[in-house]
Amino acid sequence: MSPMSATECLLQMCDERFELEDYQSGVPRWCTGCGDNAILAAVQRLCRDEGLRPEKTVFVSGIGCSSRFPHYMRTYGFHGIHGRALPIAEGVKMARPDLTVFVNTGDGDCCSIGAAHWIHAIRYNMNLTVFLHDNQIYGLTKKQASPTSPVGTRTNTTPRGSYLEALNPLTVTLGVQNVSFVAQAVDWAPELLYDIVKAAYHHKGLSFVRIVQRCPEWMPKLLDPWLHDPGRVQLLHHRNGLLPGAGSVKVYTNQLEHDPSDINRAREIASNTQVVPVGILYRNPEVPCYEDLIGSDKLRTADVTRAGLNAELDKHTVWPRESHA
Amino acid sequence: MTTLSEHIVEIISDSGEGAQKCGQSLGSIAAQMGYGVWTTEIIPAEIRPPARSVAGGSGVRIRIGSGPVTNGGDETDLVVAFNEQVLLGRVRAKELKSNCIILLENMWRGHADPTIAAAYVETYDRLVAAGYRVHEIPMEQECRALVADGRRGKNMFALGMLCGIYSLDLKLAADQVVQTFGKKDQHVVEANLRLLEAGHRWAAANLDFCYGIPAIGSTEPQIVVNGNTALALGVLASGMEICAMYPITPATSASHYLSDVFEQVGGIVHQAEDEIAACAFAIGASYAGKCAVTITSGPGFSLKQEGIGLAVMGEIPLVVVNVQRGGPSTGQPTKTEQGDLMTAIFGSHGDAPKVVMAPATIEDCFYSIITARRIAETFNMVVVVLSDATLATSQQPFPRPVFSESWMAPPVDQSAVPERARPYDWDATTGLAHRFVPGQPGGMHTLTGLAHDRDSHVAYDADSNEQGLRARSLKLAALQKTLAAPPVHGDATGDLLVIGWGSTKGAIEEAVDAMRVEGHRVSSTHLRFLQPLPPGIKEIMQGFEQVMTVESNWSDDPESAIIDDPNRRYSALAMLLRARYLVDVDCFSEVRGQPIRPSAIRRVISRKLERVSGKVATS
Repeated sequence: MSPMSATECLLQMCDERFELEDYQSGVPRWCTGCGDNAILAAVQRLCRDEGLRPEKTVFVSGIGCSSRFPHYMRTYGFHGIHGRALPIAEGVKMARPDLTVFVNTGDGDCCSIGAAHWIHAIRYNMNLTVFLHDNQIYGLTKKQASPTSPVGTRTNTTPRGSYLEALNPLTVTLGVQNVSFVAQAVDWAPELLYDIVKAAYHHKGLSFVRIVQRCPEWMPKLLDPWLHDPGRVQLLHHRNGLLPGAGSVKVYTNQLEHDPSDINRAREIASNTQVVPVGILYRNPEVPCYEDLIGSDKLRTADVTRAGLNAELDKHTVWPRESHA
Repeated sequence: MTTLSEHIVEIISDSGEGAQKCGQSLGSIAAQMGYGVWTTEIIPAEIRPPARSVAGGSGVRIRIGSGPVTNGGDETDLVVAFNEQVLLGRVRAKELKSNCIILLENMWRGHADPTIAAAYVETYDRLVAAGYRVHEIPMEQECRALVADGRRGKNMFALGMLCGIYSLDLKLAADQVVQTFGKKDQHVVEANLRLLEAGHRWAAANLDFCYGIPAIGSTEPQIVVNGNTALALGVLASGMEICAMYPITPATSASHYLSDVFEQVGGIVHQAEDEIAACAFAIGASYAGKCAVTITSGPGFSLKQEGIGLAVMGEIPLVVVNVQRGGPSTGQPTKTEQGDLMTAIFGSHGDAPKVVMAPATIEDCFYSIITARRIAETFNMVVVVLSDATLATSQQPFPRPVFSESWMAPPVDQSAVPERARPYDWDATTGLAHRFVPGQPGGMHTLTGLAHDRDSHVAYDADSNEQGLRARSLKLAALQKTLAAPPVHGDATGDLLVIGWGSTKGAIEEAVDAMRVEGHRVSSTHLRFLQPLPPGIKEIMQGFEQVMTVESNWSDDPESAIIDDPNRRYSALAMLLRARYLVDVDCFSEVRGQPIRPSAIRRVISRKLERVSGKVATS
């Protein structure tokens, strides 16, 4: 094989096309009808359409049903520990800004055990795409109330119904002063899910997408009122936000024009629990990314290190008396 | 002038009165003149403790010797105190020699508040009666003749006095003052120079004693830093790019220093939202190909255990520094202890083998980070570096390091992975496997904290689980094969072998040397690797009648009423050695929040040797 010229090399890179199969790994072990399957399909489609190089793409997850996600992607993956997907992903991105980093986390993982990391991840605003798979129940540990379970949910730890109001991941996220991207999708509207995932991927900064998803095993009826009444899905559209396809517009007639640069309006929309707003609630591309603020502009070469170390050692050196005098 | 081989000096004041600056300057001047120096910070637990309080003393303790000084030594010979209450704190902590010279600020005697004046007089009288040689000095009054705020100038006046008392080079002292205040206004520098000279003159005119310590000197350049700065310099030199941390005493000053300088060489310090996140962040960076370090202290170390377990399971290189303090729980944040050895070795649930190293000197703090990074990346393991508050806050000159490119990590491997290569292709003998880093074409896999097979696929079957556990454990044995036996300090045979680890090295060896001079057959050895233990320890122990450890962690006193063989709790290293080598290793330990003194170790050795000879005589 003869070596390629730079131009040939470039042409080959441009020509390289990826198929869905290039991102698929194994057979997902989620339950039939689980919303995770829909999210996986949308994300694999995104990877293909964006031509993401599998070796330059990393999916980081915590623990729970949703956190099995990386195992089903033929990219690099990091299936970590409960609640800590975000700080692990931040470390990956800080070390390697050349990688595309996604985070898959569940409502227990993100909003309960990892809640501190969640708030601060929004604040760091690193260039990550975060999917909150919110099925409002602990699935892998078999049906315990999660922070997003509606009040009164009967589970194994709340057999007479859960006591507390559900935490609203959208308002919490929108409450962080320098939030830069918040969107919501539902697993049963795959075209909209894809559009939203794509918009999130294209945002520079931390894009937070809450995906309302079904758990057919433990909460089969929970989302029925929303599923059976398309009117309870509130489709957000705006020329600066999402412009949904004709199919979606036809099905979801409850539509609201919402400029995603308006955070106060976004907070109002997010607070309405009677409908599920779907679309981009807030987007501010001007929020600086932590990695751009903190990153050193120096390359860690041996020469730079030697010079830097010696400069520091000079400050602390006591030279022999002869040379001092 | 009286000639001395060494002296221990303290400067102590209320927090914010500048005793620390005075002491650090004195240490620097002495080091520049070629003396052996060991300085230790005296730190109150609060930022602004009430003025004139017994527990609120802040200052520095400097041991100056004609030869190398390896530890803080025993009790203090001379102390400069800015008020009698902080001095009382040192007396009550038994830090002063019984005939210690005390240079005491006397402005309190005529204080307007009669309770303060009475307290001063009472303490003064008691100290004199107890045999301390107390000199009352009008420090503030003398300073007020030169500067408006006499209280703030006292520390440089005291420095001048001490330079006079110890016959130190006043020109070097002046240079030091210029360096210390150089960033400030020229007036400030000049005022402090005047104070320095005034103190020097005052001591010459009014004190009837003066000391000279012949300096052996050094022929090579030395650096003078504390252990935390040495750790930070080690991070700088090791090629690591990311330090993730959360503020915690006494570890934080390492990160402070790093925050200031790391950017210059292409590194960053990430202050995470908590200890757990700091560990996870470092793990993420390491996973992505850039071995990272997280620096913490006891409570933070506990919080990081789950993350450490993940790095062990995923075989992600990681350096974790634990600057130990008194425990358990919040314990004694500013005090020293070696209480975390067992947590370092056995922490995290399940079998989580990791490497544990302990620097024994300030110099070790620097080099151990470089070694830790290299071991972490060679073996894809977690390396725990156990420093402690003693090393963190003490200064000692050591030869200036000469940078070597071999200290740095090679660039991140982005080459394509050979076909059919597997992410955990564990070697049957060593347990080692390659590691595929994101960006390497063909290496895509999902790393998981779940049990996994060689393809990194989740595997709950018995064989895969066992294979993984075996491989991760074997790596420790593989590392152990590369280690050298620890050197023996003293003869290879004798009546007693003292074994230590970490910051106690200087005190143990000083005690052993003193006992050997008296003709006792005692030696010591010091362990820098605690996991795996280096080879040759059993053979070393076999050369001695008795073996004991000296450590700064809890052990039951065998003389206590209900303590006997079946229930006695041994110190951490003693327990490890007993378990591994089936040797009856005894232990002596102190958990007083201070470094163990050479004199305490001498007493222990004496007692132990008496018992050995007593047993021989009766048998």
